[in-house]
Amino acid sequence: MNEMSKVEPAPLRFEAPPSTSLLAHARHIVAENPVTGFAFGLFALILLAAVFGPWLVPYDPLASNTSVSLQGPSAAHWFGTDQLGRDIFSRVVAATRLDFSIAVASVALVFLLGGLAGVMAGFFGGWVDTVVGRIADTIMAFPLFVLAMGIVAALGNSVTNIVIATAIINFPLYARVARAEANVRREAGFVQAARLSGNSEWRLLLTQIVPNIMPIMAVQMSLTMGYAILNAAGLSFIGLGVRPPTPEWGIMVAEGASFIVSGEWWVAFFPGLALMTAVFCFNLLGDGVRDLVDPQRRN
Amino acid sequence: MAAAPLLDIRNLTVEFATRRGTVQAVKAIDVSVGKGETVAIVGESGSGKSVTSYAVVRILDRAGRVAEGSIAFSGIDLVSATEAQMRDLRGREISMIFQNPRAALNPIRKVGKQIEDVLVQHVQATRATAREKAIEALEKVRIARPAERYDAYPFELSGGMCQRIVIALALACQPQLLIADEPTTGLDVTTQKAVMDLIVELTRERGMSTILITHDLGLAAAYCDKVVVMEKGRVVETASAAEIFHNPQHPYTRKLMKATPRVGMSLRDLLPEDQAKKTTSTPPVEAASAKPPATSAGRAPLLVVENLVKEYPRPAKGSFLAKLTGQAEPDQPAFRAVDGIGFEVRRGETLGLVGESGCGKSTTSMMVNRLLDSTSGRIVFDGQDIGSIPAKQFAASPFRRRIQMVFQDPTDSLNPRFTAERAIIDPILRMGQVRGRAALRARCEELAQLVGLPVELIDRFPHQLSGGQKARVGIARAIALDPDLVILDEPTAALDVSVQAVVLNLLEELKQRLGMSYVFVSHDLNVVRLLCDRVIVMRTGQIVEQGTAEEVLGAPRAEYTKELLTAIPHPPS
Repeated sequence: MNEMSKVEPAPLRFEAPPSTSLLAHARHIVAENPVTGFAFGLFALILLAAVFGPWLVPYDPLASNTSVSLQGPSAAHWFGTDQLGRDIFSRVVAATRLDFSIAVASVALVFLLGGLAGVMAGFFGGWVDTVVGRIADTIMAFPLFVLAMGIVAALGNSVTNIVIATAIINFPLYARVARAEANVRREAGFVQAARLSGNSEWRLLLTQIVPNIMPIMAVQMSLTMGYAILNAAGLSFIGLGVRPPTPEWGIMVAEGASFIVSGEWWVAFFPGLALMTAVFCFNLLGDGVRDLVDPQRRN
Repeated sequence: MAAAPLLDIRNLTVEFATRRGTVQAVKAIDVSVGKGETVAIVGESGSGKSVTSYAVVRILDRAGRVAEGSIAFSGIDLVSATEAQMRDLRGREISMIFQNPRAALNPIRKVGKQIEDVLVQHVQATRATAREKAIEALEKVRIARPAERYDAYPFELSGGMCQRIVIALALACQPQLLIADEPTTGLDVTTQKAVMDLIVELTRERGMSTILITHDLGLAAAYCDKVVVMEKGRVVETASAAEIFHNPQHPYTRKLMKATPRVGMSLRDLLPEDQAKKTTSTPPVEAASAKPPATSAGRAPLLVVENLVKEYPRPAKGSFLAKLTGQAEPDQPAFRAVDGIGFEVRRGETLGLVGESGCGKSTTSMMVNRLLDSTSGRIVFDGQDIGSIPAKQFAASPFRRRIQMVFQDPTDSLNPRFTAERAIIDPILRMGQVRGRAALRARCEELAQLVGLPVELIDRFPHQLSGGQKARVGIARAIALDPDLVILDEPTAALDVSVQAVVLNLLEELKQRLGMSYVFVSHDLNVVRLLCDRVIVMRTGQIVEQGTAEEVLGAPRAEYTKELLTAIPHPPS
């Protein structure tokens, strides 16, 4: 079957089409795969909530009003109210910014550290490879969530430390993917050609290898975004990291959990739904991102 | 032929749905294959030759469909047959051999078991008798010690051996029709000869029909009764092999014939008449950077290689546990990929480095261009021992710009994220004197013109260029800094013959104009004959024979060179 895909109708390859703009390309990808379009739409919604959330919500997410505590979803309170009478819809929307920022910051951090370490390991090999490989193995040897708990507990209970902990537990994932991708390209013809052009090894790494593994890394980032959000919420859920009354999905689920037994399901349900939607969105986004950033697909 | 043909393709049109509308890969073609007949379908990439065969066995990918026409196989209409019927036909009645034998075999199953699977699947054997029959099948494809090879995994066998296993698989159920899709591309000439001889012999023996799909007109003419020439999805000519070779009718067939290198031709002969005239009539433009034409005689050689050796350590034998406890047997002597060779390249000369895969020619060229460190020996370039400069530090050496290379695979050697312009100016950015956006652009355009790449294409990415255009980008990059020595590592192996003809002429012209020397690494003796002044024949890391091209290829002294020369497919006379 592999043989066949190589021999697709060749006129396409030989009458090389003019390159299309990024926007037109994005439009095509969305048209080709509606699921990707849906994921991008969801992502836009999350982004909107993260940037403008606090100004869009109908109530102050921190203002309590005990006279309306634990009311079910209604026209006035779409997602109902919690035990202190705070509007859950406002809190869910307002929490987006914090959860999203934690995820973006930790993914950016691990992309820089893990990605670079992995690329170096794959490209230079030798002792660099050994050191990076053993660090990744060591991290993998722990149950990852427990490791994250330990790091936050040890470093102190702050948002910065949640970001660091989330980055550390994702390190092996990034280092391994980057290593494998760099390793297969180490002896590629274009790398050898660049060597002949007088590029130093470091320049080869940064100009030849790194740009070519960006598509894979972009997919990886999209996938770990969801995981990072889950991890941050999980830490808050067990009481580490973000502290009440700050609106945050994990805390809100934790607070609402005790009310499920007594029938007030909406307190935990809606923040949980927001969490699930965000993770789902980032996982779907992975494929779309790959199609978008890969130049080979752009014709 | 009076009898109805075994396979009758009529008015076949195959369409592919793509982003830019429907593309017709095959346009209304007629091909018929009689019983016991060997038919070649010849064409360059994109001619639709493979698509035709996929349509016959109905393995077109999802985007493709038969739009029109009929395919009849001994009375059965294959276009409307159900998938279940097709499954039954494939393997039992129609078999296929693919280009890359290693990819066609399951890498983690013993080859004998794989043959058994096919036999059992098509009820040619039961589990009890399968082993015996499988060994018998291995014997038939001339595999020495078949009982032993039964237990081998594909990675333990050579490419030619793997292709024989694939043939054994394809013939295991005695099909009536064998479709061989470029069965010998990527194999050495001597292996190619062995494999083709085997296919022809076995199919004759059993009265089978064969379709050989190939880009090599010489191969087709040498082994087939009938040749079908395809161009851009259409059949342009169908004739007997001898007729195609001696009296081609269609202009495209003539062009293809002309572009195929043969004995007694010159480089110019490869080009179509109008093009050849054009290139000869244009007076050579004197590039500002051109060096005085080199007179090779009497000058000190540009490159002298003395007693060059490259060794690779072999893994220690013994079990894993033995290695851990230090009880492993002493290491075997290291493997010598290049075993003490010496040669010279004179100024303005083209030296051919010839041999089959694994002979050490690529290793040698990598050491000479300083991408690989040698184990011992000297590489003296223009009076300096550059072999003593480690490969890792050679990028910073002033010699780097003087030794460049053109790679085998034009696609693989271009960074998919760099435009053609960025690729060409890369060496200038690192080592050249040209500075500034406008000056670099001007130099790039000059280089593009020099290699015949349309200037408007230099802003494109590699995947937007054709194979020939990519090859030109690679050549432009190699000559960007006016090197003294360019190593050409099978620069045309991945190209169609007509493109190869143009690229070879371009290389020769550039050499004259810029006064460079070439080391031309190749397995294709016909091409070497055209381009090279002197030739070195290598085998297992050693030089078997060296001398001028006429001497070595005209009157070879070494047995091995003679063997190589006779393995080249000879068309019917």
